[in-house]
Amino acid sequence: MRKYYDEITRIAGNVITVNATGVGYDELAIITNEKGSSLAQVIRLEGTQVNLQVFAGTQGVSTGDRVQFLHKPMQVPFTDDLLGRIFNGAGLPRDNRPAVEAKRVDIGSPAVNPVRRLMPDKMVETGIPMIDIFNSLVESQKLPIFSVAGEPYNELLARVGLQANADIIILGGMGLRHDDYLKFKNTFDEGGVLGRTIMFVHTAADPVVECLLVPDLCLAVGEQFALLGKKVLVLLTDMTAFSDALKEIAITMEQIPSNRGYPGDLYTQLARRYEKAVDFEDSGSLTILACVTMPGDDVTHPVPDNTGYITEGQFYLRNGRIEPFGSLSRLKQQVNGKTRDDHRAIMDACIQLYALCRESREKRDMGFEMSNWDSKLLRYGEMFETRIMDLAVNIPLFEALDRCWEMLAECFEPSEIGIRRSIIEAHWPKSLEEKEEKKEEELVTA
Amino acid sequence: MKGRIVIVHGNLITVEATDKVIQNSIAYCLRNDGAKLLSEVIRVRGRLADLQVFEETRGLRVGDTVEFETDMLSVTLGPGLLGQIYDGLQNPLPRLADQVGYFLEPGHYVNGLDQEKRWEFTPTATTGNKVEAGDTLGTVPEGIFTHRIMVPFGWKAGWTVEKLVPAGSYTVKDEIAVLVSAHGDRRSVTMQQNWPVKVPLNVSKQRLLPTEPLVTRIRIIDTAFPVVRGGTYCIPGPFGAGKTVLQQITSRHAEVDIVIVAACGERAGEVVETLRDFPELIDPRTGKSLMERTIIICNTSAMPVAAREASVYTAATLGEYYRQMGLNVLLLADSTSRWAQAMRELSGRLEEIPGEEAFPAYLESRIATFYERAAMIELKDGSFGSLTIGGTVSPAGGNFEEPVTQATLKVVGAFHGLSRARSDARRYPSIDPLDSWSKYKGLIDPDKRDRALKMLRRGNEVRQMMAVVGEEGTTTEDYTVALLADFFDNVYLQQNAFDKVDAATPADRQKFVFDKVLAVMEGKYGFESKDQARESIIAVQDLFRNWNYAATDSDEYKKILGQIEEFIANTGAAVAVS
Ligand SMILES: Nc1ncnc2c1ncn2[C@@H]1O[C@H](COP(=O)(O)OP(=O)(O)OP(=O)(O)O)[C@@H](O)[C@H]1O
Ligand SMILES: [Mg+2]
Repeated sequence: MRKYYDEITRIAGNVITVNATGVGYDELAIITNEKGSSLAQVIRLEGTQVNLQVFAGTQGVSTGDRVQFLHKPMQVPFTDDLLGRIFNGAGLPRDNRPAVEAKRVDIGSPAVNPVRRLMPDKMVETGIPMIDIFNSLVESQKLPIFSVAGEPYNELLARVGLQANADIIILGGMGLRHDDYLKFKNTFDEGGVLGRTIMFVHTAADPVVECLLVPDLCLAVGEQFALLGKKVLVLLTDMTAFSDALKEIAITMEQIPSNRGYPGDLYTQLARRYEKAVDFEDSGSLTILACVTMPGDDVTHPVPDNTGYITEGQFYLRNGRIEPFGSLSRLKQQVNGKTRDDHRAIMDACIQLYALCRESREKRDMGFEMSNWDSKLLRYGEMFETRIMDLAVNIPLFEALDRCWEMLAECFEPSEIGIRRSIIEAHWPKSLEEKEEKKEEELVTA
Repeated sequence: MKGRIVIVHGNLITVEATDKVIQNSIAYCLRNDGAKLLSEVIRVRGRLADLQVFEETRGLRVGDTVEFETDMLSVTLGPGLLGQIYDGLQNPLPRLADQVGYFLEPGHYVNGLDQEKRWEFTPTATTGNKVEAGDTLGTVPEGIFTHRIMVPFGWKAGWTVEKLVPAGSYTVKDEIAVLVSAHGDRRSVTMQQNWPVKVPLNVSKQRLLPTEPLVTRIRIIDTAFPVVRGGTYCIPGPFGAGKTVLQQITSRHAEVDIVIVAACGERAGEVVETLRDFPELIDPRTGKSLMERTIIICNTSAMPVAAREASVYTAATLGEYYRQMGLNVLLLADSTSRWAQAMRELSGRLEEIPGEEAFPAYLESRIATFYERAAMIELKDGSFGSLTIGGTVSPAGGNFEEPVTQATLKVVGAFHGLSRARSDARRYPSIDPLDSWSKYKGLIDPDKRDRALKMLRRGNEVRQMMAVVGEEGTTTEDYTVALLADFFDNVYLQQNAFDKVDAATPADRQKFVFDKVLAVMEGKYGFESKDQARESIIAVQDLFRNWNYAATDSDEYKKILGQIEEFIANTGAAVAVS
């Protein structure tokens, strides 16, 4: 026998206040009227006044509605039956299939004890040379893609999802356009991974607050799979929409904002989610790749800024390419020393030369004279952009490294690229050298 | 003393007390499933007490019982602290993992010291001795240190040793002495005692002006922006600029007895790196694992916020405790901004009038009191001990004009500002040599240091000018200055953390190398062309770079030194070697 409370005394923003007793902090409630019901969560208790954040928004909620408390926090069913399914931000099916019945687990579990974490040391190959060579993604890493609206960040996420070879892929969509949601679905379907994918999708048309639960739902399910020994990849897009929902609630609760309207605990809220990325001792792992759109392309905006302080690096997506400068995988050194002996050397050399190429371009644009060296750099820069940086390039790591060697050999002398002699001797493309020699011979004989 | 919860708001609860309440005392909230959640009284208004809860408050209800204690939030001090990995409230994380598993479930607390381990106690006092707070009664060996067992620090003066156990092996629970006061008050002493974390612990003859350099073996710090034992410094920098790596390097190489690493509201992964690496790393000065001189206090960003606030105090108290033994302690806090943010979150819930960026008005004084805990002291027995504090700051948007950085800069003795430009250019450590400062005197003669830094500044000016007028519009003389400034930066200020030799430069070698570097910088060149200048400086730069990688006094080292000396002699430099 459940008790109902019907004394709603305040409705403001997405928050309602109801008079009730015996209610636990953070627990769930259901608000019911003749039109239907909606989930809500306790966000403050004061005497008999209970503040509830209503996930579906308070539109249409009346003072006559009935509130029933569930005496448990938000939970999500956990079973293999989740695979291939699509849910909304409240955890309800959005694929017209029946609800999943299974043991339920709390969302927002406590932090993992650091002594039970492992040092990340397994590389995740994505087929994208800008990631694999230059900023390797590592299992259990948390890494955001910083991008302005309009960049193909969702395509990039979907591609990594397809190619990353994870046991389970979990997509969390926040404020997602319906088209993008369908595109994700189609991509995963065509790629044949839908059967090991779970989606929690909040679209731009859904109530704003509902997107607040999306990361927690994804991560709670992901964590459970990881504890069963699975390699889980969680894709979250767009964390800026999530942060904006936090901002909206904070303002309704009349909290004093700290920075551009965002609440003072934005860092903590984001960190709690990102820190779910983990490599469990004696079990599986959870990797998080998130998308963060930067309003006004401003990385000092509170959302990308706080994110950068939490994650283990970041990818900048600009003009449809992953920027080689600024992008950083802080865990790359854990893995790139044991792939192939030339990996690190190529990584450093290609970027240094590309940086020099940019300088030459600047000089050229300012009208300074171009030396022979400048021309070599300019040629190399173009090649690097089309053969390596272009997101359409989709090749395994070793092939990408070989491609870099070919490019270097086409543009430079071995002594010009700043790579140790022994590595050059082992990897400098022979065929090309022979070709050159032949050419020289031909010249001599002619 | 009991009370009932009337408000729950995040980690802040308001309790109606039925009896007296002591400000800053601890209390336990009884959740309806039986869990007891540790909390601290932070404000009292009439019969209402506001408490911050050191756990997630999920499930707490209005009407739930709260039990008040009389103690303030304290740590347990005694042998066995070294090598431990604690959370912000001094729970040993490995033991929590054994008891609770993968997750840090709320309401589980474990004693900070192993209560069963036996220690070899040797008495140093004798019965009949007059003793007071902080006096040594005996010692136990703790790893490479002699751990002093002291009269509890809160006991003031006027005690007589009535009983002292003979040498032997005891646990921290066993009575090792009985002290009696002039009024016949009789108290038992064990090897462990409690101390409230927010009260500075300093029982000494006097506090001294800190002047003795703390050698970090990081050249840019020791030479250009030195730190001293008992001093304070801060490392502000945007995300990814290298704050944590810099502290990790410091924690390995710094010439101190004990290092306390306080990971405050940052990534768990970084702590894992330290706690998996340190036991394997051998401290060359002791031949023992680095872990034996290290304590890790770890309250990462996903752990409860209030405990994050407590963690820096816990770390400071442990540091002060070892300082009482005449040891030199270095506390590295990463990041003090997260601690400040914890204060901000709480202040917001308390509905206090906010200051800039919603930080509380008392932010500055809290930061100042924290850094004030660093000091070089003379103990009553004439020995010296020090606690040095270095904190990172994570300014919003990487902009140093924000409250936490500004409040910190007012109180610290040295400022190591990391620059995005330098970290983007992979010039590590990315301490900006044009922006940073130190009020302390280091290894190097200040006049020489200033000359080198002045040259760096001039080089920078030339570079800026050159960006506008091009190389063509710059004189060969100016161009040479820019090259020499780059030389100083490349071979001396920058240091390769991943090279065995270059990662750490001991004091003697720093002094020696610096003189050579300065000699090159102050050489009289008179190059005829820029090409000649570039070739020449690049060649000597290459020499120094390889020299940095050569082990001291190895053949390679001597060979390169010969070449460098030859170069210097040929420039006709006014070689100012002391
Ligand atoms: N001394 C160094 N040598 C080589 N690489 C470094 C050095 N310092 C930093 N880095 C590189 O920069 C990355 C970020 O450094 P670090 O984690 O110290 O940044 P941070 O300033 O602590 O950032 P945050 O504020 O986000 O914690 C490292 O993962 C490493 O790749
Ligand atoms: Mg850091």
